[in-house]
Amino acid sequence: MKLILPIIKKKKVGNNLSNWLFLAPCLIVLVVCAGWPLFRTIFFSFTDATLDNLKEITFVGTDNFVSLARNQEWWKAVLNTFIIAIISVPLETCLGIIVALVLNKSFKGCGIMRAVVLIPWTIPTIVSARMWAWMLNDAYGIINELLIRASIIDVPIPWTVSNTMSIVSIILVDVWKTTPYMALLLLAGLQSLPQDCFEAADVDSIPPLKKFFKLILPLMKPTIIVAMIFRTLDAVKIFDLVYILSSGNSANATMSVFARKHLVDYNEVGYGSAAATVLLFFVAFLGVIYISFSSRKMRD
Amino acid sequence: MILKVSKWKFKRTLKKMFFCALCIVIAVCCLFPFYWAIISSLRCSSDVFSANLFPSRITFENYKYIFNDITFGCALWNSTSVAIITSVLASIVCLFAAYPLARRKFTGRKRVLMTALGVTTLPHVAVLSGMFEMIRIFDIYNEKSALVLAYMIITVPFTLWVMTNFMNSIPKDLEEAAIMDGASQYTILTKVFIPILKPAIVTTGLLAFIAAWNEFLFALTFTLTNQARTVPVSLALFSGASQHEFPYGLIMAAGVTVTLPLMLLVVIFQRKIISGLTAGAVKG
Repeated sequence: MKLILPIIKKKKVGNNLSNWLFLAPCLIVLVVCAGWPLFRTIFFSFTDATLDNLKEITFVGTDNFVSLARNQEWWKAVLNTFIIAIISVPLETCLGIIVALVLNKSFKGCGIMRAVVLIPWTIPTIVSARMWAWMLNDAYGIINELLIRASIIDVPIPWTVSNTMSIVSIILVDVWKTTPYMALLLLAGLQSLPQDCFEAADVDSIPPLKKFFKLILPLMKPTIIVAMIFRTLDAVKIFDLVYILSSGNSANATMSVFARKHLVDYNEVGYGSAAATVLLFFVAFLGVIYISFSSRKMRD
Repeated sequence: MILKVSKWKFKRTLKKMFFCALCIVIAVCCLFPFYWAIISSLRCSSDVFSANLFPSRITFENYKYIFNDITFGCALWNSTSVAIITSVLASIVCLFAAYPLARRKFTGRKRVLMTALGVTTLPHVAVLSGMFEMIRIFDIYNEKSALVLAYMIITVPFTLWVMTNFMNSIPKDLEEAAIMDGASQYTILTKVFIPILKPAIVTTGLLAFIAAWNEFLFALTFTLTNQARTVPVSLALFSGASQHEFPYGLIMAAGVTVTLPLMLLVVIFQRKIISGLTAGAVKG
């Protein structure tokens, strides 16, 4: 052993260069595909660039940001983004915990159950958006039909047509689509908990509700917080679902939809980039919180 | 005593029934929308708007139409080729990068991992204009290579994390034995690690494939013609000839067609995919 150790150590020191050689392609890809475009977007947000004129641009200072702050539509988009994130993430977490607890039990058919739960996640977002748009269709949709048949409502609900109901449908579909993912994250956390605590609780025959609130929930807290931040990061970027379900109605736009619309459809690269930059800094702020949480977990 | 036992038994059955009911509710919620999509796709055009939970008559009319449609065929081919190229490229790049990240201790290791994690959280719309400029400079607008380039940003950081996690789980003895035999780092990676990691590589590749297959924002922005569009974009833009036409049967048929193969793969690789998916977020 004494003989081996120096050899390995020597190899490690000498190999620092080869470490970076192995990393080089990946780092180049990250810089070219993420770093540079990001830098350019921030740069464009201070200019009056358009899609067909990205070279001869004039520097306009913070004009784009100022007019963004004065734009009612932008604030509506910010509000929509927040509403969607603030409602859908806690809902997904609660439902995710329930599903995770079910999946954590070993029973006949738990393998099938796992596959079933994974299905909403496998369906491409656009497909699920169109699928739900069809189910929520105000005239022919099955959801309205079932609700009327069960005499919960009398008049069909205009799910995807009215502004408020559109937001509700977006949240509904988002929750349906991402709860499985949330459940899997929480299940992984649940399974890494020390099992002897649960056994002790079972021996003491502690009622399940008490066991959940006094034992599982406190132990799961770090996992739940990390998973919630992780999901919030995703939720504020929401684009696909809104694009399909709000059918171009700008009253339901989120920050991403607003930015893309100005960037591409209105041909205002500078203005759209400014909106995207604000979103970026907001996400970065959340991201810093997330990373500090997960690196604290890494140290433990 | 007997009374107590029967009460206990009663309580247990009640609990079991509650649990079963919960399972059924979850399963119905997960499955019903997709079931409804399949049912709608199998109905003939006059029957689409009926709300019967079971179809009275099944036709494959919609599927026939979809498979004879050139636009959809093009989109299917574009999506498949872009997703395969993206996942293979990302897997190769990350396989090499994950090796030192998982197996060596060097300054900057943690920083690289954290940068990758940071990139996964980037809003894609924030790289849109910069990426657009780059695609203009390379003159690849409306081409598949533009999409592959853009998809690297979604797949590489994520794949790197998952791959690093999988590589971390290989016992150290194997590597030490190889070092003792005088193997170089490259040999260790290609002759020792890659064979062991085969299932993990397939899984990460599959995850990258799914990410590329589902991507919408970049595909919508960087393609213009029907010949270059991918499946999500052509599905999103697909509408009837007039405003009053609802070709829902066709849309559902197309949706089911692009989802079923994916679903099959995910169910087959379920266990591995779950461990891959949760690697980045929770295990830290």
